[in-house]
Amino acid sequence: MWKVSAILLAAAATLSAQSPRYGVGRPPTPEEIRELRSAIAPDGTGLPEGTGTVAAGRELFAAQCARCHGPTGEGDVGARLVGGQGTLRTPRPLKTVGSFWPYATTLWDYINRAMPFDRPGLLEPPEVYAAVAYVLNLNGIIEENGVMDATSLPKVKMPNRDGFVADPRPDVR
Amino acid sequence: MKHGRPNRRQLLQMGAAVGGSLLAGQKALALETDPRKLGQPLGPYGERSSFEKAVRWTRESKTPETGSSFTPLHDSVGILTPSSLHYERHHSGIPTIDPAKHRLVVHGLVDRPLSLSMAEIRRLPSLTRILVLECGGNSGGEWGATTGTDVQRSYGLVSGSEWTGVPLSLLLAEAGVQPRASWVIAEGADACRMMRSIPLAKAMENSLLAYGQNGEAMRPAQGYPLRLINPGWEGNTNVKWLHSLKLTDQPYMARDETSKYSDLMPDGKARIFTYAMEAKSVITFPSGGQTLPTRGLYELTGLAWSGRGRIERVEVTTNGGRTWVKAELQEPRLPIALTRFRLAWRFDGQDTIIASRAIDETGYVQPTRAALIAVRGTNSNYHYNGIKFWNVRADGRVTNVEG
Ligand code: HEC
Repeated sequence: MWKVSAILLAAAATLSAQSPRYGVGRPPTPEEIRELRSAIAPDGTGLPEGTGTVAAGRELFAAQCARCHGPTGEGDVGARLVGGQGTLRTPRPLKTVGSFWPYATTLWDYINRAMPFDRPGLLEPPEVYAAVAYVLNLNGIIEENGVMDATSLPKVKMPNRDGFVADPRPDVR
Repeated sequence: MKHGRPNRRQLLQMGAAVGGSLLAGQKALALETDPRKLGQPLGPYGERSSFEKAVRWTRESKTPETGSSFTPLHDSVGILTPSSLHYERHHSGIPTIDPAKHRLVVHGLVDRPLSLSMAEIRRLPSLTRILVLECGGNSGGEWGATTGTDVQRSYGLVSGSEWTGVPLSLLLAEAGVQPRASWVIAEGADACRMMRSIPLAKAMENSLLAYGQNGEAMRPAQGYPLRLINPGWEGNTNVKWLHSLKLTDQPYMARDETSKYSDLMPDGKARIFTYAMEAKSVITFPSGGQTLPTRGLYELTGLAWSGRGRIERVEVTTNGGRTWVKAELQEPRLPIALTRFRLAWRFDGQDTIIASRAIDETGYVQPTRAALIAVRGTNSNYHYNGIKFWNVRADGRVTNVEG
C-alpha cells in the first residue's frame, strides 16, 4: 500500500498496550454514531443496504442535481461530472469522476456526505446508489441496466484505478 | 459581508460600530485631532482602529459557501496573522456550533470508543505552538501562464497562528488504538462533513486537537470549537469543526484526497497524499501593486516557511538573480512557522527585479517556477512553492513578473 504504512504499524503497536489515564469521555451513543456520516472505505466497508438503478438515478439527477451539474453532468455551477477519459496526459487534462476518480466508493461517500450542495444529507441510501449508478453510466463505466448496491459498487473498476502514485518529494532541486 | 470584501459603506458602518468599543490607548488619536474632546470609553472586546483597512480578498463565486479568502500578506507585520485575517477555505460554509453541545467521537479500531465533550477535552494537558498553515492550493495559479499580480492573490492562502490544544496521541492512548489500525479518518461537522485520511504516524507524531488560536477560542471560520492541526501539512488535512476520528486499517480515498489535492503529473499519473508543504518564501514589501514613493533606503521584507521544519536561510536578489545575498532572519525562528526576513536595500531609481528563496533545515532550497515545471509540468494545481519575482520599475511602481 502507501509507503507510510510500515512505520505506522509499529507506532500503532506501542499504543494499544496503554490503558486510559485521564478517564475522560464515555461510550458514544447510537444517536451520536448516526449523526456522523458513514465513511465508506474503498473495499466497501461502511456501505449500507439498499439498491439503485441507472433509470432511478436519471430521474433523481434531473430533480436534484441537474440544476447545478447540467442535465447530463456536463457541469455548470457544480463541477463537470462526465468525460475526459484519455486526457490526463494531454496539456489540457479534464479531471472528472469518469476520467480521474480511482474508486466508485468515493462517489457514494461524497454524494452521501456533501450533495446536493445546498441540502447535503437529503438523500436516502437507495437514492445515493441510484445517483452513483447514473453518474457511472454517463461515463460509460456501467451498463444501462446496471444496479448498484453494497456488493456491486466496490467491484466497479474505475478507468483511472491505477492512476495514483505515492509522494516522491523532495523531487525538485 | 461574510465572504465578500466589505464595500465602502460597510467599512464606514464598521467604523461607526467601532466607536463604542475603542480601547483606552486610542484616546491619544482623538486627543490629537481635538484636544478638548473626550475620547471613547473602555470596552469589553477590542476592535482595530477605524483607520486600518487591511481585509481578506475573496474571489467571486456563485456558491460562496465553497471558496477561499486570502490573507493580506502585504499588510502583515511580524509572524502572526490576526485571527480575523486568517485565510479561509470552506467547502460548505461556516457552521454555527454551540461548544456546550459539541462532541468528539473516537471510534473504529479502538478498545474503548469514546465520546468527549469540549469541557473534557479542555481538561486534558495542552500545549501551544506557533505554526504556519497553508492551503495545498496556495499559489496554484502560478502553475499557469498568467501568474498573480499581487502577493495577497498569489500567495495569500497562508497564515500564521498560535494554536493551543491537546496532543492527539494523548487522546488516542485514552481510547486504546488496536494494532491493526494505521489510519485516522477525520470528519468535520460542517454541512458537507469534510473528511480526510490521516496516517496514524502523523497523529502520533505531532497532531493537535486545537481549541485555542492566538490567545482565545478559535474563530468559527477556523473550526470553532475544535480543529485538527497537522503541523506542516496542507491546510485541507487540518479538519475544522472536528467531530469524528475513526481508526481504520486503510485510507478511505476521500473526494478531497483523490479528486482534489492530488497532483497530476505530465505522465498522467497523480501523486496522492502529498501532505507536507515544502519550503517557500515571498517578498511582501515591496510587492506587486505597491509603489515606492521616492528613491532611497528601504527595509525589504517578506515571509518564509517550511512544512518540514525551521527556516535556515533566506536569500534575496535585487538584481534579477545575478547575485543573491543573505537576508536577516527575525527571531523567533520557529519550526513550521512563518519566519520574517528583511534586508536593507537602496532603491536608486533603476528598473530591477527582486525575489527571495528559502532554505529550510533539511537543506531543501526553494526552486524556481521553471525547475518545478520541468519535473511536474503545469497541471498539478497544488503544492506550488516556486520563487516569486517582482519588478520594481524606475518610477517606483512594483509589478508582477510574468512566468
Ligand atoms: C446547488 C448546486 C448543486 C447541486 C444541486 C448539486 N451539486 Fe454537486 N457540486 C456542487 C458544487 C458547488 C460542488 C463543488 C463543492 C466543493 O467545492 O467542494 C459539487 C461537487 C460535486 C461532485 C464532485 C466533483 C469532483 O470532481 O470533485 C460530485 C460527484 C457531485 N457534486 C455530484 C452531485 C450529485 C449526484 C447531485 C445530486 C444528488 C449534486 N451534485 C447536486 C453543486 C451542486
